[in-house]
Amino acid sequence: MSSVNTESGKPGCHKDTDNNTQHHNHENGSGPHDHVDSAAHQELIIEGAGCASCVGKIESALKAVPGVENAEMNFAQRTVSVIGNAAASDLLKAVEKAGYNAKLAAAENEDDALAEKEKADQVYYKRLMKETWIALSLGGPLMAYALITGEVNVNTTTERIAWLVVGILTFGVLYFSGKHFFVGAWKSFLNHSANMDTLIALGTGTAWLYSMVVVFFPDAVPDQARHVYFEATAIIIGLIDLGLALELKARGRTSEAIKRLIGLQAKTARVIRDDKELDIAIELVLLNDVVRVRPGEKIPVDGEVVEGHTAIDESMLTGEPMPVEKATGDTVAAGTINKSGSILFKATRVGKDTALAQIINMVKRAQNSKPPIGRLADVISAYFVPVVMIIAVASALTWLNFGPEPAVAFAIVSATTVLIIACPCALGLATPMSVMVGVGKAAEAGVLIRNGEALQTASKISAMILDKTGTITLGAPKVTDVLVAGEHDEKAVLRLAATLESGSEHPLAMAIVESAQERGIEMGKVSNFNAIAGHGVQADVDGKTLLFGNEKLMRERTIELGDFVEKAQALAAEAKTPMYFAVDNKLAAIIAVADPIKEDSIAAIKRLQHNGIRVVMLTGDNRATAKAVAEKAGIKEFFAEVLPEEKSKKVQELQMEGEVVGMTGDGINDAPALAIANVGFAIGTGTDVAIESADITLMRGSLHGLADAIAVSKATLRNIKQNLFGAFIYNVAGVPFAAGVLYPFFGLLLSPVIAGAAMAFSSLTVVTNANRLRFFKAQEH
Amino acid sequence: MMIINIAGLALIALIVWWFWLYKPKEAELGENDLVITVENGTYSPSRIKVPAGAPFEIKFMRKDQSPCSETLLIPELQISDTLPLNKLKTIQLPAMSSGEYAFHCQMQMYRGQITVK
Repeated sequence: MSSVNTESGKPGCHKDTDNNTQHHNHENGSGPHDHVDSAAHQELIIEGAGCASCVGKIESALKAVPGVENAEMNFAQRTVSVIGNAAASDLLKAVEKAGYNAKLAAAENEDDALAEKEKADQVYYKRLMKETWIALSLGGPLMAYALITGEVNVNTTTERIAWLVVGILTFGVLYFSGKHFFVGAWKSFLNHSANMDTLIALGTGTAWLYSMVVVFFPDAVPDQARHVYFEATAIIIGLIDLGLALELKARGRTSEAIKRLIGLQAKTARVIRDDKELDIAIELVLLNDVVRVRPGEKIPVDGEVVEGHTAIDESMLTGEPMPVEKATGDTVAAGTINKSGSILFKATRVGKDTALAQIINMVKRAQNSKPPIGRLADVISAYFVPVVMIIAVASALTWLNFGPEPAVAFAIVSATTVLIIACPCALGLATPMSVMVGVGKAAEAGVLIRNGEALQTASKISAMILDKTGTITLGAPKVTDVLVAGEHDEKAVLRLAATLESGSEHPLAMAIVESAQERGIEMGKVSNFNAIAGHGVQADVDGKTLLFGNEKLMRERTIELGDFVEKAQALAAEAKTPMYFAVDNKLAAIIAVADPIKEDSIAAIKRLQHNGIRVVMLTGDNRATAKAVAEKAGIKEFFAEVLPEEKSKKVQELQMEGEVVGMTGDGINDAPALAIANVGFAIGTGTDVAIESADITLMRGSLHGLADAIAVSKATLRNIKQNLFGAFIYNVAGVPFAAGVLYPFFGLLLSPVIAGAAMAFSSLTVVTNANRLRFFKAQEH
Repeated sequence: MMIINIAGLALIALIVWWFWLYKPKEAELGENDLVITVENGTYSPSRIKVPAGAPFEIKFMRKDQSPCSETLLIPELQISDTLPLNKLKTIQLPAMSSGEYAFHCQMQMYRGQITVK
């Protein structure tokens, strides 16, 4: 291992550290470093297990299969959950041998579930529309009659008979078009809860009952109060059904993003079993199956290429427009499209374990989660309906006690209107609808937001810490300069250095090895390898003692550096990382390595700064190199020579200054810093991404994803605020208006029909406003 | 008039008592086989009691076509899931410590509670 003066400064920071939160070995993992965590989980459905004693038999049969770590049967469900890395086909055989039939529990087929849901929604929509027409075809003419003639009073016997007929017809409307409100209201009542149904049922029920009282016992109410409200009852029911139907349509559009992701899934896969190619449903693809994919076809499951090479379009998952070259050993992800060549790959993740399935799952979860801003609305909606009922009663009492004649009619109208106008739905829908669209929109841009809280916090980020290597830079350093001292030959020096570093996985070490390989240099043998934590490495090669590391290490060993110190400084000023190389305690060369800045990092950083975000670079690299890279990237502030375990401290320092800190890293070495930051961003490379490790995951390597994520969060939060504001104002203004607070001053009292229309369209407005987010476009880049 | 006023105030008191103060009985969860039906704007049963410290599963059967009833949230447990129409959906719950855990739809119009003892 090397431990040169770089980013990860210490041996403990190499890629094989334990805090690697990536799903690194999730594949079949027959490798030597298998770990329990990486074991796959498979579920089997057992048939023919009739008694509880079968459980032990089946479990022990499965446990006997090599690679199985544990098998547990749920007898009630007839399922076995198997943990381990055995091939599914072996598991099935083992169960069969024990005398039972088994099949692999298919991952929930998202496509089918979605189609079913759409069908159900369609049926519901049609029903609502039918109910709407029934209600409005009675309510409309009645309303027109009332408006034209102004005659809705019940005085003569003929009028009583006529209105009785209308009353019965209205009951029909309540039954056919409004039954669901009444049943819902009654069921919730029994459950000691109240909801929108309660309000509508009470409102329309009161109006209808009062009207029937007027029809049957006109003498019980004062002359002026002998109005009937059948037209209001029918129209309110019709309008609210219409509102529900339109809302259902609008809701469908909010889940477009998830539909698109689900649509990426291939339906079948061509697997090779027993030398035969079979087209099978993707649910039946087993771990380790070899799958063939031809040009133009979708990759059905995640895997590792075993034969052929091709270019794969991963843009649907990562947002990265350029196709990615793939050859033997490279990973491919389900849902991406094979562009050029035909390949064979081995399935390493199937069913719900594929990156695509995990992304779908994560987006779904996030879409249903709520940012803290929605909590107040939640608290309010929990008490809302009973409070509205109380207001309705209080309002009726107030009219009866203090209102002008006909007080009874006023009391009934105001109570009904209060019940009808109050809309808990608008309040309840305000946040979730926007989150649904916003999270989906982000996913389309290759930005995976974990939950509502991350979404809200991301909109408030004031400072962004960017890890240098792999985040601002490509993370693939290259040797740029070899400055030899005295008689030394460049090739010989490189050979020794590469030999010394050949055992290390450190990116800088790998750069030196690669450089030697490119020049066709053969490597020697290393002995007495010794890593000097934080400073460098030492070893013997060809009988010579080699020392490779930073200036401090050289000084400690009293190695004469001469004018090479200035040379090193000059290299550092060019954003390169210089390292000293000594042979037998004499300086032999400086080898400089540089990690080029990603093409679009500078533009993306500018975007962040333009939005008022303080951008800070963090690196383990020496100050001079850090300064040069920061300058090149347009970053004014940087922390250099930060040891990995100090990264989280730097995050805290900024937090102490009152900043809302976003931390961006590759998710491997930065886990603690990502966790401590207000929002941790893991930057992925392609589809092999640390989905579980951060609040927000950027599927493609570009920092533009960061600016996009913040922009989407801001737009979503703005949308939520508009919705919440609208819903609050609507209810806060609407309910008192309906109760008649304006009557004493302006003689204004709201008609229940207008209230019904307002209520029906208030939640539709919220959903429509959320849908506007669909047209959000992150700034062009 | 007096009678009407008293009746009105009594009605308000009744609303407060019925919807807020009254605590209905909880259904006990036996042998992991409890099915909560989602229908007509409610969960039934809406209050369930489960033992503390052991993971268990509850099943939901959604018969309600309203899109509101589709999402199930248990915020304290960070569970959010969708309930398919007319199909059993099993929700795995982790071992929990004693307390009350609310579950509800996205808009909190469908509400229920898990009491862990």
